Amino acid sequence: MRPSPLRDLVVGMFVLVGLGAIAYLSIQVGGLGYRGPGGLVLYADFDQIGGLKPRAPVMIAGVKVGQVGAITLDESMRAHVKLDIDRKLKLPRDTSAAIQTAGLLGDQFIALEPGADEKFLESGTTIAFTTNALSIESLISKFVASSDNEGVGGEKKKK
Amino acid sequence: MRLAPIEALGFRSIRYVATAGRMAVFLGQILRALVTPPTRFRRVVGEIYDSGVLSLLIVCGSGIAVGAVLGLQGYNTLVRFGAENSLGSAVGLALVRELGPVLTGLLVTGRGGSAMAAEIASMVATEQLDGLRMLSIDPIHLIVAPKALAMLLVMPLLAALFTTFGIFGGYVVGVHLLGVDGGTYLNGLESSVDFPNDVAGSLVKSVVFGALVGLIATYRGYTSEPTSAGVSAATTSTVVIASVSILVVDYVITALWGV
Repeated sequence: MRPSPLRDLVVGMFVLVGLGAIAYLSIQVGGLGYRGPGGLVLYADFDQIGGLKPRAPVMIAGVKVGQVGAITLDESMRAHVKLDIDRKLKLPRDTSAAIQTAGLLGDQFIALEPGADEKFLESGTTIAFTTNALSIESLISKFVASSDNEGVGGEKKKK
Repeated sequence: MRLAPIEALGFRSIRYVATAGRMAVFLGQILRALVTPPTRFRRVVGEIYDSGVLSLLIVCGSGIAVGAVLGLQGYNTLVRFGAENSLGSAVGLALVRELGPVLTGLLVTGRGGSAMAAEIASMVATEQLDGLRMLSIDPIHLIVAPKALAMLLVMPLLAALFTTFGIFGGYVVGVHLLGVDGGTYLNGLESSVDFPNDVAGSLVKSVVFGALVGLIATYRGYTSEPTSAGVSAATTSTVVIASVSILVVDYVITALWGV
């Protein structure tokens, strides 16, 4: 093969463009990369986590401040969820954690609502106030059960 | 009782397994050649040009076309459920997970794999490889290994380019022709596709396909009959075997990746 600087240049550019495409797909589309500061580790116990998965976002007022780490079962058969949160945040001791759904059928995330305590949560402590995940199925069966008793529009159920 | 068909079946099965074994030995010879000095860097660069740069037009053109078709068909189906805003997710997931690596593999097999096999087969037919052996140059080291390595390196790059151009094609059709909002398209794409499940699998698939095509094309060329009919047989059998292997291995990787 005759050495050709032009061909070498073209091959080099091709490889760079290809690597650029891989980088675009991985970082921009796939979300790989530096996830932002973590460091503040908190735990929360729930009776029901629904569809919450590791790496789900943790949000305060809709802004992502961290993500869910490992989810394990503790001795009292509750879900023990580890949260990895931005270490610059100061969260009061009476902060509450709730599992909410993004949109009606979207992924589930943890929403933190800061309280009003003057003392702050240290890394490694557990959040005291938690709200379990709502499942659409149990809401629907509650609605069906209650409308069976009253009837729609207040009519009594025919025997 | 006619035994000939049963004999033929046995003969073919044994020959099939023997070919697989010979291909494995050939792979071992390529790997040994790759770690033996001198490194033929200049040749690898030349082979990357032949398999990669010259395939750019077909890969990127097909990428845009496939992305555009996905955008169109996806929109027509999703709009029936009022879910046309998920077009970005649909196009992105289809391209990244499956169509990117598989279609790129098939296109590059047809263009690059057949060219590679034909080149080596014609070197066999014109006794150039024998000439190299006379000069005590291992033809696997000089000719085969750089080609196979180049195919392995080139495939993920081309697959990523195919996927990117496909996303662009879907964007043009969805946003400018069909009225999906551009931000919604890109947001849907970025939130549904994640690295560990989708993009990483896509890259692994394309590397495996590159190795597969590199091995099959060089093997078929190297072991071809030294006639012009042999060159043609090497080319066609490369395309057929490599294409089917890509599709089967794609299923295997997809099934195992989800585990």
